[in-house]
Amino acid sequence: MANFFSDNKDLQFHLQHPMMRKIVELKERGFAEKDLYDHAPQDFEDAMDSYRRVLEIAGEVCGDVIAPNAEGVDHEGPRVVDDHVEYASGTVENLKAIVDAGLSGLTLPRKYDGLNFPLVCFVMANEMVARADAGFENIWGLQDCAETLNEFASEEIKQKFLPWVSAGATCAMDLTEPDAGSDLGAVMLKATWSEERQTWLLNGVKRFITNGDGDVSLVLARTEEGTTDARGLSMLVYDKRDGGVKVRRIENKMGIKGSPTCELVFTNAPAQLVGDRKMGLIKYVMSLMNAARLGIGAQSVGTCEAAYREALKYAQEREQFGKPIIRFAAVAEMLANMHAKLQGARALLYETTRFVEIYKQYTHISHERPLEGEERQEMKFYNRLADGFTPLVKLFSSEYANQLAYDAIQIHGGSGFMKDYPCERLYRDARIMNIYEGTSQLQVVAAINAVTKGTFMEQIGRYAAAEYTEAMQPVVAKLAGLTAKFAEMVERVETGDKEVAGFKDFHARRLVETAGHIIITFLLARQAGEAEEYAQSARIFCKLAEGKIAEAYAYVMNSTTEDVALFKAVAGEEA
Amino acid sequence: MKQPLKIVVLAKQVPDTRNVGKDAMTPEGTVNRAALPAIFNPEDLNALEMALALKDRTEGSTVHVLTMGPQRAADIIRDAMFRGADGGYLLSGREFAGSDTLATSYALSCALKKIRPDVIVAGRQAIDGDTAQVGPQVAEKLGLPQVTYAEEILAVEPEKLVIKRRLEHGTEVVECPIPLVVTANASAASCRPRNAKRVMTYKCAMAASEIAAAPESAAALRAAAKPALQIVEWAAVDVDPDPQQLGLTGSPTKVKRIENVVFAAKEAKKLTAADEDINELMVELIASHTLG
Repeated sequence: MANFFSDNKDLQFHLQHPMMRKIVELKERGFAEKDLYDHAPQDFEDAMDSYRRVLEIAGEVCGDVIAPNAEGVDHEGPRVVDDHVEYASGTVENLKAIVDAGLSGLTLPRKYDGLNFPLVCFVMANEMVARADAGFENIWGLQDCAETLNEFASEEIKQKFLPWVSAGATCAMDLTEPDAGSDLGAVMLKATWSEERQTWLLNGVKRFITNGDGDVSLVLARTEEGTTDARGLSMLVYDKRDGGVKVRRIENKMGIKGSPTCELVFTNAPAQLVGDRKMGLIKYVMSLMNAARLGIGAQSVGTCEAAYREALKYAQEREQFGKPIIRFAAVAEMLANMHAKLQGARALLYETTRFVEIYKQYTHISHERPLEGEERQEMKFYNRLADGFTPLVKLFSSEYANQLAYDAIQIHGGSGFMKDYPCERLYRDARIMNIYEGTSQLQVVAAINAVTKGTFMEQIGRYAAAEYTEAMQPVVAKLAGLTAKFAEMVERVETGDKEVAGFKDFHARRLVETAGHIIITFLLARQAGEAEEYAQSARIFCKLAEGKIAEAYAYVMNSTTEDVALFKAVAGEEA
Repeated sequence: MKQPLKIVVLAKQVPDTRNVGKDAMTPEGTVNRAALPAIFNPEDLNALEMALALKDRTEGSTVHVLTMGPQRAADIIRDAMFRGADGGYLLSGREFAGSDTLATSYALSCALKKIRPDVIVAGRQAIDGDTAQVGPQVAEKLGLPQVTYAEEILAVEPEKLVIKRRLEHGTEVVECPIPLVVTANASAASCRPRNAKRVMTYKCAMAASEIAAAPESAAALRAAAKPALQIVEWAAVDVDPDPQQLGLTGSPTKVKRIENVVFAAKEAKKLTAADEDINELMVELIASHTLG
């Protein structure tokens, strides 16, 4: 009888954001489908009412079905039977509940049987599923692969695959190989055109493929013989019903055990080309990865939510020295920090989602009609913000998921180390989140341009120019000081980089994190203006930000260009 | 050849007695309905699932919900539509007020005579009264065979259903000719969740009196324009009853006295870990059906 939407006021708050009006208008193209489909909204209020109702269904499925199954799925896991994946029994139940509830194809257009919901709702459902079972979130969340098909594939491919996804077909993105992980340009899986069969045929091996035996797979493959880099790669779509792919093994993982991570062998597997040849990595995988990063952001925030709740519950129930341990200052401080990080990560997640949503909708509209000048500018504006914020949210939320899972165990004490409480599973599940879909180190690489090209600073300027309540003035004043420090740090690093190349790379993480700490504090301070309960998190997060930025500032300002060589010396060490 | 079936689910909106707080009872010892949320009676949801599963395997079948209650009981009809029901009938009016199980089953049977379903599925019992009488009484009044404690409909054959019943010490498989009444046990499959598209489609479904209450609201205008969004609402006069058998007049049940049971700590019994004591405990627990 649990409902992961109704019990989460923070989540409900983000659904009410004023920008939703614009988002819904864009997504519904001015409610053009209201007379075409019985389930299409008539107006903004009707749409919002539907989102709330459907998120309540998702919350109920998460609370009543997926969460209770999580432990069993973690123990049982999937297995390989006759070269294919057989899910754990709980996973099968979860998928049935999801299909019955109609929670597939959430964002897809109605003409492909989707719900045409905004990305914000998808991210919310994603987050709730992850709170229930992070491993299952992978299987369910991969439906966003269909968005890549929707954006780039031919109408024929869309009509073949998208209604199937809306009906519950699961997806996979087959990118990595034994020798091509972070470096996807090295992908070698071969695609050759068969005149005889009039189709592309895939041959080779893929590794670390999440839900690798899914119904619909997007495969990154080398279509251009003789090439060795990204320019020879294309994106293809493979239909499991056609056969030709065997699951060689499922990885034995530390966490997210319910999600099958597969090694796949392709033997003349037929596939269709998505979009243009040679654009596989350069264009389509980048789009896929950005969506996936937002997905991991949601998965991480869901994990933060689960970890915080487990810790809070235990701290209230567990008594030592004659009182609940939550009444000890050390425990209370941990919990308050966890809460602030949870709300901060969520604030960043939905801010980012809104940016992504608006620019994506304009992209879709631009395929239907030429955009007007103002629209084009807006699209560019939000595209730039989305590019900077997406790696930022992935970086912060996945690190926080790890920190919160770690703290949840700490609060459980010895019991947390035992297999008796869910916190140990959360700890194992969280560990992959700052690794896959680009490690934290790679998120920094993706976000550093937003530091040096001024995207973050400009947006910080916009936040600073907004109005804040009286109660938030001390926080806003501190933020002004922190922003000045950030500017100093950026200048110092850019000057240093001109002297010695690599100085910027060396300090990149400190700069990106500083920007993130300032942005999240602003977001929480802004929320405090709309709902008083955020004042506490804003103040606490501001303290965290001050500490972190002081450390980064000291490190950067005391750093000399010689540090680059100092730290590179380790490369010469013998292993 | 599986023929399309006309299936009706008997459902009741009940106060949620599973989450009772201190305000659950009035000082007079009756249920304080205002303090408890109104929900779909849990075993009626099992019945709904049984009906929907039957519909899934017999092409062309329909599932409608029949409920007797005040206007707000239309909520459970909408809920059933969100989960897959095609529509519903709300039996509502002051003539029905104060019905005990006899008067309730009489009123329902009058409505069912008008609907003429092939299969009637009801929950075993409601969590407010716990009588388990209405389903069987409806069957008697309609002169239909009944299968109680049903756990699963195993097969649909021409003119009959094969049904597994859950009994005290095991299960029993029975065949029963159509038309019939089935009462679903709590051990039957739980109901499928509400479906996103169905919720968006049917959230404006309304009974006539609901439309009349706020005829200018956006929802009412939508409902009024689309027959699929109209929940059939019948007053007593619509189902042609004998007025003497309705409501309080038709209810012979009289509440004589209500006793407040206060749970006190039971006597404690000390057992050692000796085989003898463990054996004794096992025998006792099995005898009291706590185990086995």
